[in-house]
Amino acid sequence: MVVNGRPVRLPEDPRVSLLDLLREHLGLTGTKKGCAQGACGACTVLVDGARILSCLALAVQYSGRSVLTIEGLAEDGQMGPVQRAFVDHDGFQCGYCTPGQICSAIGMATEIERGAPSHVTADLTGTVEASAAEIRERMSGNLCRCGAHNGIIAAIQAACGAGP
Amino acid sequence: MRRFDYARAEDVADAVRYGTRRDALYLGGGTNLVDLMRETVAQPAALVDVTRLASTIEGTETGGLRIGAAARNSLVAEHPAVRQRYPALARAILAGASAQIRNMATVGGNLLQRTRCAYFYDVEGSRCNRRSPGQGCDAIEGLNRGHAVLGTSSSCIATHPSDMCVALAALDAVVHLAHEDGERSLPLTALHRVPGDRPDIETVLRPGELVTGVELPRLPLAARSTYRKVRDRASYAFALVSVAAAVEVEAGIVQDVRLALGGVGTTPWRARHAEETLRGQAVGEPAFRRAAQAELAAAVPRAHNGFKVELAVRTVIGVLNELTREEA
Ligand SMILES: Cc1cc2nc3c(=O)[nH]c(=O)nc-3n(C[C@H](O)[C@H](O)[C@H](O)COP(=O)(O)OP(=O)(O)OC[C@H]3O[C@@H](n4cnc5c(N)ncnc54)[C@H](O)[C@@H]3O)c2cc1C
Ligand code: SF4
Ligand code: FES
Ligand code: FES
Repeated sequence: MVVNGRPVRLPEDPRVSLLDLLREHLGLTGTKKGCAQGACGACTVLVDGARILSCLALAVQYSGRSVLTIEGLAEDGQMGPVQRAFVDHDGFQCGYCTPGQICSAIGMATEIERGAPSHVTADLTGTVEASAAEIRERMSGNLCRCGAHNGIIAAIQAACGAGP
Repeated sequence: MRRFDYARAEDVADAVRYGTRRDALYLGGGTNLVDLMRETVAQPAALVDVTRLASTIEGTETGGLRIGAAARNSLVAEHPAVRQRYPALARAILAGASAQIRNMATVGGNLLQRTRCAYFYDVEGSRCNRRSPGQGCDAIEGLNRGHAVLGTSSSCIATHPSDMCVALAALDAVVHLAHEDGERSLPLTALHRVPGDRPDIETVLRPGELVTGVELPRLPLAARSTYRKVRDRASYAFALVSVAAAVEVEAGIVQDVRLALGGVGTTPWRARHAEETLRGQAVGEPAFRRAAQAELAAAVPRAHNGFKVELAVRTVIGVLNELTREEA
């Protein structure tokens, strides 16, 4: 497995989740554990570009795959565009949900780019756009207890046009 | 979590060979099974990873569509043929869970996901016949607002939670299975069992039997199909009631119809009584209501879920109105 561009050894014990591998074994504590049941999205990471929940993923299942976490988003020590937009638009308060929100938003942008419909897309065979309603639905897997959602949506809308 | 052996199956023969081992379970995306193992509801001695088996989505010789069991839910909903020819299926998948979970969940795992009844999950504190046969059912006299009204028994009233399965039930889907003894196929509506006095036996699968794919038949009326889900919040919640429907109307008369319900049944509920009542009738609310009521006539509501009966009737009417709007 490759994590943020670096090769990583898989755990011996198949019970280790991808989330625990990242946090406990690799010290990458940016990815957060909220519910550990799939309900909050705090543990969202990108695997080969697709957003998934690392808390419900057994690490052994992801051998040979490329994992990207919040720690891997900076480019030359500078925040990536989605990270920048979260700062500019007050897309967080306590920050606990933020790494998951940002990874999720990057995954969402590629889904929209390839024309994937959502629950609120009226015409399943038409094109999709990154409207606020679309972003809200597509980001519903990421909860924010602080209620920073308006800033989160604004940040994502601002960043989406520019790509991840 | 109990220790288990992990093996990745490279092909179907590999999978069923491992899968027939004692206490082995197949592993799809893990979005349900990993959770159940943490709660010790499931305690397999071995997991057989089947996510590298066929995940292709391709047309069949008879004009249908075959979907490999390892296909991720998101890719099924996104597939052009699904969106054009079976929109109810795309809509049902998109109405379920979250984008992250849909990226992980496989078709096989979605079919065989277990109920979300909270007592079923509560190993330490609750009695549950489905989890521990003979223990009793804490839901029947308990918090049963989310529970089923159709297909229930005095042993269990849990709903089957899948949205995808409701659309598949409506669209005449067939499930392909493999076992060490050979292959077979079943209508999706014959896969899940109503609980009766054995709620712990949830499907007709034999131990070690593997889902290899789902096939949708050629079904022209499905191009005009849809899925509507009613839930406590607008997104990321299980259904209170849901309806998958496809209708064909000619000169204001219902020629053919497919209807299935979610959130109200102990299995993905194909509404055959409603369909029979509706065929040959003039489109419009009176006929839609009669049809929905014919299906819900058998409902057995409990203390907190009685609202589901009228909600289901109204949702059926709403969906049929939507699908026949131009015909009325
Ligand atoms: C927070 C949350 C919200 C959710 N909301 C919804 C919702 O609104 N609507 C909805 O429909 N679903 C919802 N789900 C459930 C989700 O759809 C299922 O967890 C998912 O579809 C299961 O697929 P999987 O591949 O991850 O299965 P797994 O968890 O890997 O497996 C599930 C079961 O299927 C068996 N299995 C897997 N593959 C095969 C196979 N090929 N052959 C035989 N047996 C197999 C496994 O042994 C296991 O018993 C939600 C889940 C979560 C965690
Ligand atoms: S309804 Fe079924 S799953 Fe829920 S507690 Fe009763 S027996 Fe168990
Ligand atoms: S920690 Fe994974 S979804 Fe909450
Ligand atoms: S910023 Fe605090 S949980 Fe979202």
